[in-house]
Amino acid sequence: MADIAVHDAVDAHGAGHHTSTGLSNNKLAMWLFLGSECLLFGGLISTYMLYRGRHSAASGPDQYWDIPFTSASSFVLLMSSLTMVLAVTAAKRGDDRATNVWLTMTATLGSLFVAGQVYEFTTFYREGLGYTTSLFSSSFYTLTGFHGVHVSVGVIMLLATVGMILKRRIPGDKAEVVELVGLYWHFVDIVWILIFTLVYLIPA
Amino acid sequence: MSTDTAHSDDTAHGEAHHSDEHWSDLKYVQLALVLAGITAIEVALSYMVDDLGALFLPLLLILMVIKFFSVVLFFMHLKFDSRLFGLLFYTGLGLAVAVYIAALLTFEFFSP
Repeated sequence: MADIAVHDAVDAHGAGHHTSTGLSNNKLAMWLFLGSECLLFGGLISTYMLYRGRHSAASGPDQYWDIPFTSASSFVLLMSSLTMVLAVTAAKRGDDRATNVWLTMTATLGSLFVAGQVYEFTTFYREGLGYTTSLFSSSFYTLTGFHGVHVSVGVIMLLATVGMILKRRIPGDKAEVVELVGLYWHFVDIVWILIFTLVYLIPA
Repeated sequence: MSTDTAHSDDTAHGEAHHSDEHWSDLKYVQLALVLAGITAIEVALSYMVDDLGALFLPLLLILMVIKFFSVVLFFMHLKFDSRLFGLLFYTGLGLAVAVYIAALLTFEFFSP
């Protein structure tokens, strides 16, 4: 026993749990997961960069992109990061009501972003840009589609967290749970920061 | 034993104190407004490709990197949290950047 150093990670409420690092294992796992996600999105972004010129003369990015619309979507996702961080600070204060309000607002903004993406995909498809039209279109839909799925999963996580807080079904540190969901949500936002610039704003 | 325990207690309390150094809500709102402003500048730049010439790409990439790290450091609290979290994330990020730049170089992506 003498050789075993047991560390206590102290949470916001003063309750400790045993870890070997003195840090929350859940947060360590989340950061490790986000680090691995960098590789996933790095691969998808690189593939798009390689293939974005592989299309016929009449079906390139410049013929389809609607920059004002995508800029508005980006603004919505950016503001959802603000509401998410406000949810985390409210959770750390122990204010359940404010936490739920900000989490619900974040989920609403996230849903709005996904709705915008569905509209964008539908418009592109009607204009002739199908998934298999060209290597450009395949890589574009795969990259932005994967991101959209991540946002959708985030919305589900946010709503599930709201439900669990309302029913008082979160065991242990509530603030840490909200923070973990927040880390995932912010990651989805930073991926969009890259996609917005590299895919939409830089001409092909 | 007692030394280990004392050390681990210090570490735990130190980390807890360290991670409490968060901003006020007002500061987060201010940062979000700055990021929205940077996004507006990015969009404006995208309409000035011909005017900016060779400056266009570096300017856009710098603004993108500023936005990226602002969210990571402040909204994700990496600036205030344990360095181990940063190590895990930046390792993944650095590996991704290195691997995919190597892949893009292999396919001569950067060649004129």
